[in-house]
Formats: sequence, structure tokens, C-alpha cells
Amino acid sequence: MNPPDSPAATHPAHLVECRDLSFAYGKSRVLEDVSFVVHRGESLCVIGPNGGGKSTLAKLVLGLLEPASGSLKVMGRSPAEARTAIGYVPQAMRFDPQFPISALDIVLMGRLNHLRVGHYSKSCREMALAALAEVGLSGYEKRSFSDLSGGERQRVLIARALACEPEILLLDEPTANIDLSVEAALIETLVSLRHRMTILMITHDLDLVSSIGDSVLCVNHRVHRHSLPLSGETIKEIYSSRRRLEHDRRTRHQQGDHSTCQHD
Amino acid sequence: MTDFFADFIDAVKTVPLIRYALFAGIVSSLTFGVVGSLVVVRQIGYVASAIAHSILGGIGASVYYNRVYDLPWLTPMLGAIAAGLLSVILIGWVTLRFKEREDTIIGAIWAAGMAAGLLFLHYAPGKAVNLESFIFGNILLTSKSDVIMTLVLGVIVLGLVALFYHKLVAVSFDEEFAQLRGVSTKVYYFLLLGLTAMSVVLMVRIAGLFLSQALLILPAATASRFSRSLWAIMLVAVGLTALSNTAGLALSYHYDIPTGPFIVFLAVGFYVLSFLLRRGRA
Repeated sequence: MNPPDSPAATHPAHLVECRDLSFAYGKSRVLEDVSFVVHRGESLCVIGPNGGGKSTLAKLVLGLLEPASGSLKVMGRSPAEARTAIGYVPQAMRFDPQFPISALDIVLMGRLNHLRVGHYSKSCREMALAALAEVGLSGYEKRSFSDLSGGERQRVLIARALACEPEILLLDEPTANIDLSVEAALIETLVSLRHRMTILMITHDLDLVSSIGDSVLCVNHRVHRHSLPLSGETIKEIYSSRRRLEHDRRTRHQQGDHSTCQHD
Repeated sequence: MTDFFADFIDAVKTVPLIRYALFAGIVSSLTFGVVGSLVVVRQIGYVASAIAHSILGGIGASVYYNRVYDLPWLTPMLGAIAAGLLSVILIGWVTLRFKEREDTIIGAIWAAGMAAGLLFLHYAPGKAVNLESFIFGNILLTSKSDVIMTLVLGVIVLGLVALFYHKLVAVSFDEEFAQLRGVSTKVYYFLLLGLTAMSVVLMVRIAGLFLSQALLILPAATASRFSRSLWAIMLVAVGLTALSNTAGLALSYHYDIPTGPFIVFLAVGFYVLSFLLRRGRA
């Protein structure tokens, strides 16, 4: 077990602290010299082109991958040690839609680290029901995963992450493959969580960024942080390839270092 | 029809051969139904097939060493268990380590096991071994000790699944998340493969090497078309397996048809029926 936490360990200045991190799959370098921090209570949106390293960064924070060099601390500890403090929300479309499991059983997975053998305790079940209620799915506990819509599945996965009682909520493109009409309800759910916990969210969705984000972390092999609200000019820069080089040059100039932000 | 039932019940009462076959069929359905359901929802049917076929290597080796070194304790069953566990370790390691070449390597283990088995049996001294009973099984060769062993295994499987049900479900549904919640997912993967191997070893007696995985998977696949939770699938699969085994035995006794293939045929029949009764769901 962990020794009694010192005050500094229970309240580290930064929930996530990344210094000069690099990572490669074999010979292809995915992340280079990445440094950033996530402050307690902030909502940080991670954006960037496909293949730029967003998901890799998430896996590093979760401790599923090891950095090749540099350091990454989550709550002052190694990511693998701190992983139960993170509520992870993967993309709902990743799962076998026919898998025979109820919404409640999925949410209860958030309490797995409290289960030894046999059945979940009563308090775990109550916590899972409360998490379902929080994402607006009261009464859905017995519904089968296969009967839920895409938006409902995604909300069940958010409830599962909430059942972890997380310090950090880490979401991987929560609005991908979801109807626009459903997306509004999902954004509402996320907004209500925003002030209760630290949110780290990978997304392509600028609506989501403007509704929830305090800052934006732009990942394309290197990372650069923008504060919000993004001006119209910056958004154009981020999403317009024509202006990419200009934006990079100016960023480098402002920073006075080599951290570039290459947008596609 | 009454004659048919009376005949069969009479046979169960008077012929120990039929009685043991009936008991073995019913008792083994506990293991097959439960483990088969886990295999189906985890979608590792081909892994179960590979384990089933590689078991021939263990059977061949046990026959060979039994005769060459005169080791009476080395029964084909023991050889099958050893080969089953060996292929679990190999296949488990391969699927965790070389995910991208997984199906090729599993195919190689499958073929190597069978080839080794055929070579061992060819060079085993003495009377030629009747391969047919291993390949197609013969439930009518079941002995009292087989029934007891099947029962013991069934109790062990049910106990393990009851203890770790939620973790097995979680690991099957979302392995990555289970790992993030501190579950050692590899342990549960090996547990599942080990349970599969033990079930297949038992099933070889009833349905043989070639047909055993059909009996492991088909009842659970049929059940999964009607049930929305894993435990319900398990329950229905156990019932369907017991029904296939019993009805197959009774019909094959009455009409003098080979038992194992007929049992499998019934399981296939239920599966086809499930498509006719309920369209749309895979």
C-alpha cells in the first residue's frame, strides 16, 4: 500500500506534469519534446490532426504506454500508479454492439478496483445508479447495451468513468459518430461536470471546445497550448492549412523556442 | 412415441453403458454451456478450435510413451490434459505478444499438434490405435470414473465463474478499461483459455476432436440470440447442451445412428432454428 500521503502528494500543484516527453512506435516518432501541465480544476481540450499523437498522449497519461524519454507524472506519481484516479471514457463505437451486458453492469465496471470476488457491494451499486442519474439515464440500468442509441452508449461510458470517483475525467472524442441532436444533450452533461473535476478531452469538435474548454492543447508531434476563448483568427489558423506555416512561424516567434504547432 | 421414451428409459435402467453416457452428457453440459458462453462473447472460437485440435498431439504422445516405456498411468486423457495446458500457454503467450500475426501462429500450433499426434500414433508399437474414437468421439465408451471427473470439473468451473463472474464479463467487454481499474487482465485471459482447454478435453470423449468446438460454441451462440445478459446465455446454453446430448443419445440408440455426430447435428439444428424464429440479430 501507499505510505500516508504528504500534503504535497495529495495536492500536487499540477495534476498532470509532462516534461520533455518523447514517444515512438518502433522507428516512427509520434511525440517529441512534449511539455505541458494540467492544472487542478481546469478543462483542457486536446485537438490536432489525425495521427498527430492525441490518442498516444492519452495512453501515456493512462500509463498504458511508457514514454521513450522525458518524464510524465500524474498527481505526483507514475501514470500506472495513479491510473485509478483517472476516469477514462473511450469511444462507444469501439465496442461489440451485441455484447450481452446491461447499462448498470457497464457502469459498475468503474468500481472494479473495489471488487475482489463475487458480487459488487450495495454501496458500489448505489454509486453506479447515482452516476447513471447524473448523465440523465435514470431508469436505464436494466437496458441492454445493444438497445441503446449511440449517444446513450456514450453517456453510459461517461457514467462508468464517474463511478470511478475520478480526479481527472479523460475523454476520447466523446462526440464522434453522434447525431447533432444528441450532441447537445451530451455537451450539457459535460458542462455540468466541468466545475466538479478536472477534464482532459480529446476532440475535433469546436462546439465542444468552446462550451467546455478553458484551454486548448494542440498536439501534432509537438504540443502547444492556447488559452480560450479562441479568437476567430486562431480557429482559422488551427483549422486552415493555408495559414498553417504562418501560424507556426508566429507561434515560434512569440515563444522564442522551438515548440511548433503544425496544423493540418 | 411413448414406446420410444419407454425404450430409452428402459435402456438407461438396464444398460450401464447408456446410463453413464446419459450422466456424462448432462453433467458435461454444465461446463460446456458456461465456458462456451464465455468463448462466444469473447469471440475466441478459433482459439478453442486450435486447442481442441492440438490435443491430438498429447493423445498420440501418451499412447506412444505408454507403450514404449510401459507407463500404465499415462492415459490418453492425461496426455490430452497436458497438451491442452501446453497449447493454452503457447496460444496465450502468442496472442498477448504477437497480436498482428496471431491467427497465423495459432494455425501453426493447431497443425503442429495434430501432425505430432499422427506421427506418435504411427510409431507407437503394438496394435494400431483406433483414431476414429478420438476424432469423432464415442460417448458410449464413457466410464463411471469419466462421469465423476466430468462432475468434478463442472463444479470447479461453476465455482470459478461464480467467484469471478463480474471480472470475466468486464475483461470480455472492455479489456483496456478493466486493466485501468487494476484488474490483471492477462490472468483472466489465461483462466478463460484454461477453462476452454479443460472443457474441450472432456468433450473429446463425447463429440471427438473435430466436432467438439461446435458443441462448445453452437449452444451458446444459439442462446445469445435470445438472451440479453451473460448469465442468461449461460443458463440457456447449459439447457440446450443437455438437451442435445440427451436427445442425441436417445435418438441414436433408437435408430442406431453414431451418437457424437448426431449430437452435434442437433446443436446445429437448434442454431438454425434460432435464425428462423428470430431474424435480424446476429
